[in-house]
Amino acid sequence: MSTEGNALADRPRSSVVGIEVPHESAALHVTGAALYTDDLVGRTPGVLHAWPVQVNHAHARITSISVDAALAVPGVVRVLTRADVPGINDAGVKEDEPLFPDEVCYVGHAVAWVLGESLEAARLGAEAVEVAIEPLPAIVTIEEAVEAASFQGTPRTISRGDVETGLSTARHRFGGELQIGGQEHFYLETQAALAEVDEAGQVFVQSSTQHPSETQEIVAHVLGLRSHEVTVQCLRMGGGFGGKEAQPHGLAAVAALGAVLTGRPVRLRLTRSQDMTMTGKRHPFHASWEVGFDDDARIVALRTTLTADGGWSLDLSEPVLARALCHVDNAYWIPNIELHGRIVKTNKTSQTAFRGFGGPQGMAVLEDILGRVAPALGVPADELRRRNFYRDGQSTPYGQPVRHAERITQIWDRARETSTFEQRAAGIEAFNSAHPHRKRGIAITPVKFGISFNLTAFNQAGALVLVYKDGSVLINHGGTEMGQGLHTKMLQVAATALGVPLDLVRLAPTRTDKVPNTSATAASSGTDLNGGAVQDACRQIVDRLREVAAPLLGVAPHDVVLADGRVSAAGGGAELSWYEVVAEAYMERVSLSAAGYYRTEGLHWDAVRMQGSPFKYFAYGVAVTEVDVDGFTGAYRTLRTDIVHDVGDSLSPLIDRGQVEGGFVQGAGWLTLEDLRWDASDGPARGRLATQAASTYKLPSFGEMPETFRVEFLERARESGVIYGSKAVGEPPLMLAFSVREAIRQACAAFGPVGHSVELALPSTPEAVFWALTAARQAQAAGRPAPRAEPEAHAAGSNGLLDGVPATPVPAEG
Amino acid sequence: MSARTEVELAATVNGQVRAMDAVTGATNALDWLRAQGLTGAKEGCAEGECGACAVLVARPDEQGGTRWTAINACLIPAASLDGAEVVTSEGLGTPGELHPAQREMAVRGGSQCGYCTPGFVCSMAAEYYRPDRRACDPGPERGPNGFDVHAMAGNLCRCTGYRPIQDAAFALGEVPDDDPLAARLSRPAPAPRATVLDGETAFVRPAHLSDALAALAETEGAVALAGSTDWGVEANLRHRRVPLLVALDHLPELRTFEVTPERIEIGAALTLSEIERALAGSVPLLEEMLGQFASRLIRNSATLGGNLGTGSPIGDAAPALLALGASLVLTSVRGDREIPIADYFTGYRQSVREPDELIRSVRIPLPLLPRSSFLKIAKRRFDDISSVAVAIAADLDDGVVREVRIGLGGVAATPLRAVAAEDALRGRPWDLGTVAAAATVLASEGTPIDDHRASARYRAAMLEQSLLRFHASTTEGVAS
Repeated sequence: MSTEGNALADRPRSSVVGIEVPHESAALHVTGAALYTDDLVGRTPGVLHAWPVQVNHAHARITSISVDAALAVPGVVRVLTRADVPGINDAGVKEDEPLFPDEVCYVGHAVAWVLGESLEAARLGAEAVEVAIEPLPAIVTIEEAVEAASFQGTPRTISRGDVETGLSTARHRFGGELQIGGQEHFYLETQAALAEVDEAGQVFVQSSTQHPSETQEIVAHVLGLRSHEVTVQCLRMGGGFGGKEAQPHGLAAVAALGAVLTGRPVRLRLTRSQDMTMTGKRHPFHASWEVGFDDDARIVALRTTLTADGGWSLDLSEPVLARALCHVDNAYWIPNIELHGRIVKTNKTSQTAFRGFGGPQGMAVLEDILGRVAPALGVPADELRRRNFYRDGQSTPYGQPVRHAERITQIWDRARETSTFEQRAAGIEAFNSAHPHRKRGIAITPVKFGISFNLTAFNQAGALVLVYKDGSVLINHGGTEMGQGLHTKMLQVAATALGVPLDLVRLAPTRTDKVPNTSATAASSGTDLNGGAVQDACRQIVDRLREVAAPLLGVAPHDVVLADGRVSAAGGGAELSWYEVVAEAYMERVSLSAAGYYRTEGLHWDAVRMQGSPFKYFAYGVAVTEVDVDGFTGAYRTLRTDIVHDVGDSLSPLIDRGQVEGGFVQGAGWLTLEDLRWDASDGPARGRLATQAASTYKLPSFGEMPETFRVEFLERARESGVIYGSKAVGEPPLMLAFSVREAIRQACAAFGPVGHSVELALPSTPEAVFWALTAARQAQAAGRPAPRAEPEAHAAGSNGLLDGVPATPVPAEG
Repeated sequence: MSARTEVELAATVNGQVRAMDAVTGATNALDWLRAQGLTGAKEGCAEGECGACAVLVARPDEQGGTRWTAINACLIPAASLDGAEVVTSEGLGTPGELHPAQREMAVRGGSQCGYCTPGFVCSMAAEYYRPDRRACDPGPERGPNGFDVHAMAGNLCRCTGYRPIQDAAFALGEVPDDDPLAARLSRPAPAPRATVLDGETAFVRPAHLSDALAALAETEGAVALAGSTDWGVEANLRHRRVPLLVALDHLPELRTFEVTPERIEIGAALTLSEIERALAGSVPLLEEMLGQFASRLIRNSATLGGNLGTGSPIGDAAPALLALGASLVLTSVRGDREIPIADYFTGYRQSVREPDELIRSVRIPLPLLPRSSFLKIAKRRFDDISSVAVAIAADLDDGVVREVRIGLGGVAATPLRAVAAEDALRGRPWDLGTVAAAATVLASEGTPIDDHRASARYRAAMLEQSLLRFHASTTEGVAS
C-alpha cells in the first residue's frame, strides 16, 4: 500500500469528517433564503426574458424563419437566430448539436429565441415567429431505428471466454428480450441561466450547471471568445441528477448571446413542459439476451446486445453505453461473456446522463434474467443470486480485478439477517395462501458499482483554499452543489485537514475563475476528486504552518499537530492557538493560501478494446424489499426496505443516508412508476412526448416511500486511497431499487402455480403488474406448468411492448 | 356592474401590507410574491402538482376563527389575495430563528437540494397548526403527534425519498401558547373583500351572487373561478387569456352547507377540505373519494362547483355523485333549476350549463344506499389523475341487490352511469355468479381509449375488477 494512499485515507484522531452534520445550507433551504439562479432575477435590474420558438414536428427541414411579426409584438426586444452566432453554432462539443438548427430533429426543438421586456412579451413574440418547414420522415422507436439502421457513435463490445461453446454446452439455456424505460430527471428546479456582460466585455453567466467548466467552454465557443473572457458561476442547483451535466450549456449560451447583443442581462428559465420536451433524459434501452446455466444454476455464458436510444444527438450516449456494458455483470461472475452495445439515433430529445449513467440499464438486464429464470431453474431467486456472486481473485468482463469481492457476500448475509429475510419469507407464504386477492413478495438484490469516470482524464480536480489573517478559512473547489451534500463534506474535509473547528470554514460558490478546467460533478466522484484537491491545498498550508509553529513549540515541524483549532507538539506540552500561528505566519510572510490538485491514481482504460481498470474501486450494497400487490388492480405498496450499503467510512452520515434513501426511491420510481410515453403513431402528434408535465409524468410521492425504511452502513469499511477512507455514494444506491421490482415479481408469481416464471414490463406500473399477475392466474387456472423461456424463446414479447426487435447481436468490432 | 373604484389591491404578507402594483388578472400569486423579493416559494411545475410554490393563507374555520391553510400560489391570480393574510417560508422563521417545522426539517436531513423545501415547510406548518391535530397511536400515514402525512401529499421531493421529511413531521410537538401564528387562529379570518381590477385581463370578486351572475352575463368570454385549480393550469400551461375573471370563492350564497332529512346540500364554492370537515365521514363514498382527490394543497382550494363546472370526464367527483344519485342546482339571472347529475354532462367538457349559468350547489338525496365503494385507478397511489374511476353504491339487504348505482369516470367523453351493469345486478342475489356476469357487462360499458395513463384494455379490465373487488369487500369484510 502506498504512503500516498494512506495519507489521503487516514483520519486524524480528532477529525470533523465522520460526524453527523446537517446540510451546510439547511437553514437557508428551510427559510427560503437559499438562492437559486432564477431567484437572482429580481435582484438584477433591466433583465430581459428569453422564450424559445419550439417547432412541434419530429423531423423537418427549416426553409425559412420570419421574425418580423415577432418584433412587432410590444415588449419584444430581439429575436436570436442562427445569423446572430459569432462563433461556433454548437451546444455541445461533438459538433452534432447545433444551437440554432437548420433541421428540426424532435418535437419541441427550439430553433430561435425571443427576448422580451417581460416573459409574457417574449412568449407572445415566440408565438409570432413564423417557421416554414418541409417535413421529413421521423424515427421514434428503437425498433424503427434498428430497422432503418439509424445508428450514431461507435458500437462497442466487451468479451471474454468462449460464449458460443458456453451456451451450446450449458445444461439450461434461455433467451429473451427486455425493453427498459427512460426516466425524466425532474429536478425540481428547471434549467436556468442568467447572463450579464461587464464594462470590459467579460461575460458572466450564472447557470444551474453540474459542469461549469464545460458551460464556460461552450458559451465561449458560441460567442467566439476565449475561456478567460467568460466566467460561469453556479450558486447551487435545485437538483441535477445528471440532467445538468451537458444540458445547461446551450441554454447558458443563448442567454450569454442575448446579453452580448443587447447589452442587458438576459434570463432564461425553462418552464417544466419546455424542460421536459427540450432536454435529454435517461436513455431507454432494448436488450436481447441468451444465457446458459450449469447443473448448479451457475451462469456459464451470457450474450447480450444492448441498444441505447440516444435521441437526436450523441451527447453523452457513448460513455453511457460504456458504463452500461461495464455493469451488466453487476455482482456476478460470468466466465464466458459477450456484451455488444450500440446507439440508435431517433427523433427524440438527446438522451443524457442520469444518476447511474447507463449502469442501471446494464444491471437491469441481468437482474431481470435472474428473476425470470429462477423458477425455471427450480432455485429460489435469492439463492440463485448468491450462488453466482464474484469471489476473490475474479475479474470483471473488462479485466478489472474485483477488489473486496468478499464484501458482496458479507453485506448480503448481513442484510438477510437484519431484515429477518427467512422468517418473513415464511410469513409471506402463509399470508399469500390466506389471501386470494392480495399477495406479498420479498426480494433481495445486490449492487456493485464502479467508481471513477470511465474516461481516465476526467478523474482530476482542483481547489483553492484561503486562510485569512483572522484565522477564518474560505474554500473553493470545482464541484457543484445540487443537494447531494458535496459542499458539506468539503467543509468537513477542510476542517479536518486544517485541524480547525467546522464553523471556522466557509465555502464560496463554484466559479470557473476560482478553479479552472474542472470535471463535471458527476459519476459519484465529486467528493473523491474535490475532497482530494481540498485536502491537498489544506496540507500545503498545514505544512507551512508547522514550519512556523515548530520553533515556537521547540519541536521539529513534523512533530507539530494541528487539531481542534490548537497547534501543539505531538508529545504534548506547550500549545498555541490556530489564530496565533496564522497571525505569526502572516508576519513572517508565509503564504496562507494554496491551490490544491488531485488525480485518481491507478486507472487505465482502453476505450476501443473496452479493457482495463477504469474504476478506482467498487461500491457495494444490498437491499431487501417487501411489497404488497392488489390482485384486482395491480397496484402495490412497498411495506419495508432494509438496506446495507458500503460507503467506506462515511464522511458525513446524515448526508450519506440521504443519498442512499433518495437514490433508492428515485430508482424505484424509474423501475415501477415513471413512464415516458412518446407518440409512435403515424398521426400528427408523432414523436410528441405525451407525458410532458407533472400531471402526466408521475414521480414518487409520499405513498411510494417504504412504510418501514432501514438503512445501515457497512462497518469498518475504510477504503484506502480515497479521501479519509470513504466511498462515493451518489449513484450506487439507485440500483438497490431492483429489490422493489423483484419483490413485485415474487408477489405476481404467488398468483400463479409453483414454478411460474413472471415476465414484467419495465417500468412495472400497476397496469404492467396487473398483466403479469393475470398471466400467473391464467397459468394457475389452466393448471399448466410454468412457461419456460428456453431455448431462444424470446418470450418477452407477450406484453405487446417488445415485438419486432431482432435479437441478433451486432457483430463485434474489428 | 356597479361603479368601479380605484382602491388599490393589497395583501398582508408575513405581517407586512404589500400593495399590488403592476398586477393584472393574468398575474399569478407566485409570480407576484417572487417579484416582491420573496423567492422562497418556487415554481416547479406551474400546475399544482409539485407544491414548491406552497404558502399559507388565513382562511375561516367553522367556528368563526382562522385556519392556516396551505395552497398552491402558482394556481391562483395574485388579485385573489386582495385582503388576504399570507405567510411564506420567509415569514415562518429566519435562519437565525427557525420555526419548529423548519428546525426539524433542517436537523433531520429533510432538505437536500432545498428547492422543494419552502413548500414542504408551509404544508407541514399548516398541519402543525391544525386545531384538531392530537397525539394518537401512530400508523403508516399518521405520526404519534397526530400529523397526517397526506398533508404533504401535494409536495414532491426528488432528492430525499421522503423518510427524513416524514420523521421531521412526526417529531413536531404541540404548538406553544405564545406562538404568534397560533395566536392568530382564535380571531376571525380576514373578511371577504369585493375586489375590482380593471385592465386587459380584468378581475372582479363580487360580494353577492347577483353581481357575479350579472358580470358573467355582461362580458363575453368571462370565466368564473372559485379555487382556480383548473383555471390556473389553463393560464400557466396553455397560456389562456380572457377579458374577465369572476372570482366566486367568497360568495356566501355558494358557501352553504345544509343537512335535512331528505338531502345534503353542499355549496358549490366550498372547498373540498371544507366539505370533508363538514361531512365528517357521514357520506362514506364521498369520504373515500375525497381522500384520493388530488392532494391536500389542491383540496384546500378546489370546489365541487369547479370540478363539475369544467365538465371533465376524469374528475373524481362526478362518478361518486352519479352513484349517490345527486343533482345540481344551476343558477343564472333567469333563476334556479335542478338537474340530475346523470343528465348534466352532454359531451367532452360539455354540459347543459349555459355560459352565464353557475352551479350553486350539489344535492345528495337521503337516505344513502348502505354500501359503497370508490375505486380510483392511477399510476401513483396519491395525487394522480384517474385513468378510471368507479363509484358503486348499493343496497344488498338480505343478500339481494335491492338497488345499485354505478358511476364511471375515464371511460367515455363524459362521466356516466353504468346502466347495463346496474340492470344486470338489480333484483338478483348478491353472489359471485351475478357479480361475475354483471362485471362482464360493466367491462363493456363506455368506450375506453388508449393513452399515456392506461390502455383501453386495462381500463375495461378495471371496470370488471371494480365490481369483483366490491363483492369481495362485502363478503370478506375488506378488499383483500
